[in-house]
Amino acid sequence: MAESKTPIIEIRQVSKVFKLQDQTINALHDANITIRKGEFVCLIGASGCGKSTLLRIIAGFEQPTSGEALMWGTPIAGPDPTRGMVFQDYALFPWLSVRDNIGFGPASRGLARSVVKETVDKFVELVGLTKFANAYPHQLSGGMKQRVAIARVLANDAEIVLMDEPFGALDAMTRERLQDELLDIWQRTGLTVVFVTHSIEEAIFLADRVVVMTPGPGRIESDNPLILPRPRDVASPEFNDIRRELGAKLHSHHAKKAA
Amino acid sequence: MAMVETGAPPASVPVARPAGKSPWERLKPAALALIVPALLLAFWQVATTQRWTRLIPTPYEVGEYMIDFAWGGIYDDAFSGTLVTHLLASMGRVYGGFALAALFALPLGLMIGRIPTARMVLDPFLQVMRPIPVTAWLPLSMILFGLGPRSAFALVCLGAFYPILLNTIFGVRSVDPKLFEAASMLGCQGNAQFYKVVLPAALPSIFTGLRLGLGLAWFVIVVGEMTGVPQGLGAVIMDGRTLSRTELVICGMIIIGIAGYISDRIVVMIGNRLLAWSPTHHG
Repeated sequence: MAESKTPIIEIRQVSKVFKLQDQTINALHDANITIRKGEFVCLIGASGCGKSTLLRIIAGFEQPTSGEALMWGTPIAGPDPTRGMVFQDYALFPWLSVRDNIGFGPASRGLARSVVKETVDKFVELVGLTKFANAYPHQLSGGMKQRVAIARVLANDAEIVLMDEPFGALDAMTRERLQDELLDIWQRTGLTVVFVTHSIEEAIFLADRVVVMTPGPGRIESDNPLILPRPRDVASPEFNDIRRELGAKLHSHHAKKAA
Repeated sequence: MAMVETGAPPASVPVARPAGKSPWERLKPAALALIVPALLLAFWQVATTQRWTRLIPTPYEVGEYMIDFAWGGIYDDAFSGTLVTHLLASMGRVYGGFALAALFALPLGLMIGRIPTARMVLDPFLQVMRPIPVTAWLPLSMILFGLGPRSAFALVCLGAFYPILLNTIFGVRSVDPKLFEAASMLGCQGNAQFYKVVLPAALPSIFTGLRLGLGLAWFVIVVGEMTGVPQGLGAVIMDGRTLSRTELVICGMIIIGIAGYISDRIVVMIGNRLLAWSPTHHG
């Protein structure tokens, strides 16, 4: 595939400075990263390392203070349906049913009602919520809400899905199930996924590449391609070797500070 | 392969309420709600028949007068059979004043909530006017609108205005910012967000404002009808006081209570239909 050679996202020397009253915070410093179509990339790091800021810059919610954020070579000017965001706290529209939440994007783009209905039916089924299609968000469990949040960006033809600690608020069992389901969707659809997490294990289980970030100022410490076959076994020695290696990189800035 | 259903049962599932409820289960709320009025009525009966007070008529007398007030044929005085006339006069002012208040307060509230310039221009002025009680407006309102129904109408409108305005502003301003981000990454941007995000998100709050406003309209109507209004429940109560007809005063109070209650229940029912999605909005 020629397409797989073209980077879908390019981040070039991106820095982000926030001003809070008279304090300036270097949320992100000189970040460089290239994401190719179909990749599953995890951003991992302690809080304050800029991983969420980087994700929000890719989404278009924030503009870089300096540097360039490009999608297919064009600067990212603002939020856009081609880059779907899945928030940790779901951010579903509480006044819309599961169906209407999933149909929100297609309806906003002015698609014909029959097309919207068809799309919604397909994605309600894809995330296994057919029985709850007419329920409101407050009637759903956390795992089900996150399924709706994933379905609504997929239903909107997102090319790249940005996920900000999407499973962080879920219990362990639900989290594992959703990780499996997400991988399943990713493998079948050829999506590109950028996934922010603070769990090393989650990152190694899911990602093609794990980008380790460190705080103070937020920067990319290393970019680690994983060559583990899928499905991955969390209990295997190889998995644990990588976990140890990434753990060391994650904590390297502590060692530097102590020295 | 499609995603599989979660094994764990969801927190709550939309299920129809079980149809077979025992008769007691159905009557219980009404029965419990009637305890306090029944006790009060019993106390009233005892207090008047035992002659603890001679100033208040017995419940029976009031009940009899109520029937005369509604249909006539017992005393046949100036008030016999006039209940509907007075009730309709008051209802006209309550709903008319309320509607006019809503007509001004809703757009103003949406503007102040959404547009910073509008907020800076209007909010300080409205905040200074707000602590002035409706009763303090009465003399000015009589000077401006004259003695009579127009003044009552204006007071009702003023009374209902602030709850609607303040709750609308609150609703618009407290929309979760994440929902704007969610809408814009789904392709709904700019002015479309007002209709697809702000309005629905603010609806519960707007509704609370309308409900409070209507309640206050019933509250204010008596004050508004106290002077120079020939018809209306407030006028009946004031006339009853002037003529020392205590039973008339009590009849007027009971009817205002019931009318206000019924009108509130109707609003709540509409709200429950419209806001079925909101977990906190089941009145």
